[in-house]
Amino acid sequence: MSVAGWEVVIGLEIHTQLATKSKIFSGSSTAYGSEPNTQANLVDLGYPGVLPVLNKEVVRMATMFALAVNATVARRSVFARKNYFYPDLPKGYQISQLELPIVEHGEMFITDADGNEKRIGITRAHLEEDAGKSIHEGLAEFSGIDLNRAGTPLLEIVSEPDLRSAKEAVAYMKKIHTLVRYLGISDGNMQEGSFRCDANVSVRPIGQEKLGTRAELKNLNSFRFIEKAINLEVERQIELIEDGGQVVQETRLYDSDKDETRSMRSKEEANDYRYFPDPDLLPIEISDEFIEAVRKTMPELPAAKQTRFVDEYGLKVDDAGILTSSRPLADYFELVAAASDSTAQLAANWVIGDLAGALNRDGLDIGDSKISAAELAGLVNRIHDNTISGKIAKQVFEAMWDGQGSAAEIIEAKGLTQITDNSALEFVVDKVIAENPGQVAEYRAGKDKLIGFFVGKVMQETKGQANPGQVNQILIDKLKA
Amino acid sequence: MEMHAQTLTELAAGLEKGDFTSLELTQALLDRIAAHNDKLNAFITVTADEALAAATRADTARSKGGGGVLNGLPIIHKDIFCTRGIKTTCGSKMLDNFISPYDATVVERLADAGAVVLGKANMDEFAMGSSNETSYFGPVRNPWNLECSPGGSSGGSSASVAARFAPAATGTDTGGSIRQPAALTGTVGIKPTYGRVSRYGMIAFASSLDQAGVITRSSEDAARLLGVMAGFDERDSTSIDQPVPDYLAGIAHSIKGLRVGIVREHFDAGLEEETGKKVKEAIAVLKALGATTVEVSLPNLNLSVPTYYVVAPAECSSNLSRFDGVRFGYRAENAEDLLDLYCRSRGEGFGDEVKRRIMTGTYVLSAGYYDAYYLKAQRVRKLIADDFRKAFAEVDVIAGPTAPSPAFKLGDKVDDPIQMYLNDIYTIGANLAGLPAMSVPCGFVDKLPVGLHLVGAHFDEETLLRCAHQYQQETDWHTACPEAFK
Repeated sequence: MSVAGWEVVIGLEIHTQLATKSKIFSGSSTAYGSEPNTQANLVDLGYPGVLPVLNKEVVRMATMFALAVNATVARRSVFARKNYFYPDLPKGYQISQLELPIVEHGEMFITDADGNEKRIGITRAHLEEDAGKSIHEGLAEFSGIDLNRAGTPLLEIVSEPDLRSAKEAVAYMKKIHTLVRYLGISDGNMQEGSFRCDANVSVRPIGQEKLGTRAELKNLNSFRFIEKAINLEVERQIELIEDGGQVVQETRLYDSDKDETRSMRSKEEANDYRYFPDPDLLPIEISDEFIEAVRKTMPELPAAKQTRFVDEYGLKVDDAGILTSSRPLADYFELVAAASDSTAQLAANWVIGDLAGALNRDGLDIGDSKISAAELAGLVNRIHDNTISGKIAKQVFEAMWDGQGSAAEIIEAKGLTQITDNSALEFVVDKVIAENPGQVAEYRAGKDKLIGFFVGKVMQETKGQANPGQVNQILIDKLKA
Repeated sequence: MEMHAQTLTELAAGLEKGDFTSLELTQALLDRIAAHNDKLNAFITVTADEALAAATRADTARSKGGGGVLNGLPIIHKDIFCTRGIKTTCGSKMLDNFISPYDATVVERLADAGAVVLGKANMDEFAMGSSNETSYFGPVRNPWNLECSPGGSSGGSSASVAARFAPAATGTDTGGSIRQPAALTGTVGIKPTYGRVSRYGMIAFASSLDQAGVITRSSEDAARLLGVMAGFDERDSTSIDQPVPDYLAGIAHSIKGLRVGIVREHFDAGLEEETGKKVKEAIAVLKALGATTVEVSLPNLNLSVPTYYVVAPAECSSNLSRFDGVRFGYRAENAEDLLDLYCRSRGEGFGDEVKRRIMTGTYVLSAGYYDAYYLKAQRVRKLIADDFRKAFAEVDVIAGPTAPSPAFKLGDKVDDPIQMYLNDIYTIGANLAGLPAMSVPCGFVDKLPVGLHLVGAHFDEETLLRCAHQYQQETDWHTACPEAFK
């Protein structure tokens, strides 16, 4: 792909499902995965005569988001109807916000390719209801409609066209993803569609001010797909223009199976949504008092937490970044650190290393960890007090993960306590020296590297329980003798 | 006096004294409906079994010293209100097969107060019409002259009350649909302030204008019913949380010193001369009762009909999108694909007037036309509301004609939508401004009733009802009964 000479311009529209118990305009549950149409009441079904009533929780959540991205909370915002016919849209219109959204003028900071901090503008975020789903599998010549999702609250977060590469787009989306979960306003579950985005992508020759014609990529629901789809689209547009063609404004769909984007509809075919203010709903009026009350409930945000982890715990910046990528993970780390006698960095290493690896291997979230923070601290403390070596600790960790007990119990049961008794170690060292006369001669002839061989042998004999530093010293003393 | 000739208030007293039971009353009215409804076509559904069961329950409650304020009193619901387990058609083929799974708030409140529902009244399709001729179930006839329209869209309600099928019926008023039928049938009709009565369960036509009310034979009865229907409903975000005054207590007070606004433009060329005379006579009665008249100006009122015919169709075009043949209502058979299902279900399920308004509304909301039509209409709407606000700084009520002429012949205006729309010229302003308004019988022209229109300030139904009630203490136009229905 020839990107040289071209500038990529991307703006994202992120659809975040808000984590309310009930829908945005009805009392139906928003729980995922129920039998089709069991969570759709008369309001969700768009029955004659029913009316929407706003779930006030969404206003609180949108306000939290606004405060987290330094945005303006609109003192007055208005719901509008977006009119179009589709079977999964029961009323024939979607209730959304157009001219007066609840959140405007926010920002998010990402790290760009050169490692610099880069500001991404957030144009707006507005509240709207989700549509239902069409089901085509297993219904022969019919299509089914499941309205469980209809009326689920969404916050659509629209960025400025400030992103300059697929990588930046992914970095931005990850930041938003972390943020909404921190705030507790979304579960961010991408498999279930709780967090998805549309990307507006265009290219222009470097130096040109005027934006190129954009294509909108619909419904990207994984970070990997976003990156792939954007790169494919950029490649397509550059090739098209370099071949003398023109990009047309259109909506395109990314097909992950075929790894291509294809046209869904052009601007000419686009719906005229005939937006107008919804007369069934009053404008949302937000007072300063409300905003201040919400501000008091704001949790520590990821960026602030990362800085604090570096300052307070002396962690490496990158490690602090990983640990603060989710609030439960950060909380877990803080519990381990608090219960450990060791440095916080050692605790961090275990959380980021073996624990994260085990969670990943078993497909678990930190909240489902088979080892509690207190238990992990127990393991870290045994390393710290030299009861076991780091290597043995890995073995103990796996046993803990298997549910065999606490670190102390497992060390006791398996007799893994590090051998620090000099006489015991000397006995083993003598045995190793006696059994390997050839290597002893070579070492004494100046092949210092062979010290590793001897240490290995001692560790083998002691099943790894010897204190490696101590073994090293004893070996040197005896070999030199 | 025979039971059917009595007002709701009189019947309440009769039930209380034990002169008759609710079952006897209900049966008598059902018999009367069975005997005479053919002449009027006022009903889409008569709910005889449910009514008799409700009457029996009411009698039982009364015998135990219980029952609500309307215990055992028969009423009729306009078929725009959803009634659980009962067909709710909104006058349309689209909903001819629709059994509502729930009750509208209005239906629920009246039922809780003990009212007995005799049936569902005929109406213009989706309340779009001023003559009841757009109903899929055929036009309703005016009890005063069977060749004439009873007005619309609440024509089944107005004809039923005028013909003494029931002492009261619910109605809805988006652009005069309670008041114009009341005027044309010699009944009392009140449209309360927008937000006073819940719209939940009332099938939407134009959400920012729709308001439920009642048609009765006396203002006292209207006060009695409105007191039950009105009040905040958390299921309707546009219903307003304001205390509901005791309307019945309020009507007893004199109107001495009441400032009555007269709008000069109301008596211009558009008003039929004899109708105008009757209205002026009625205003003279108010003066005789101690009211003073003040000339007020509503300079933008002449824009109310064109404004209404942008705003109402715009909202209806969106509100009626849910009738798509997918989940309920009429569905075209053998659809070839989704688009065909939509097009034919809606093409076959809706009548001409509904389609005309959906198309108008779709047009005024379209890209490129929105600013010129919808936004402009909303601005004019605000001007009209401002005119009223200024006027109510000087007066307590505004009085004038409800309709430009008495009832017109069925078929006369059906091919001329503009002439039909102009029938609502005096009533629409109150909808655009969200004000309470009512029509009160004030005489006859060529043996056809004429209505006096009263508009009040926001949430001041009390003054309207008092003014109308005091007027009715001095006049007996409201007690007149069509010869064929005595």
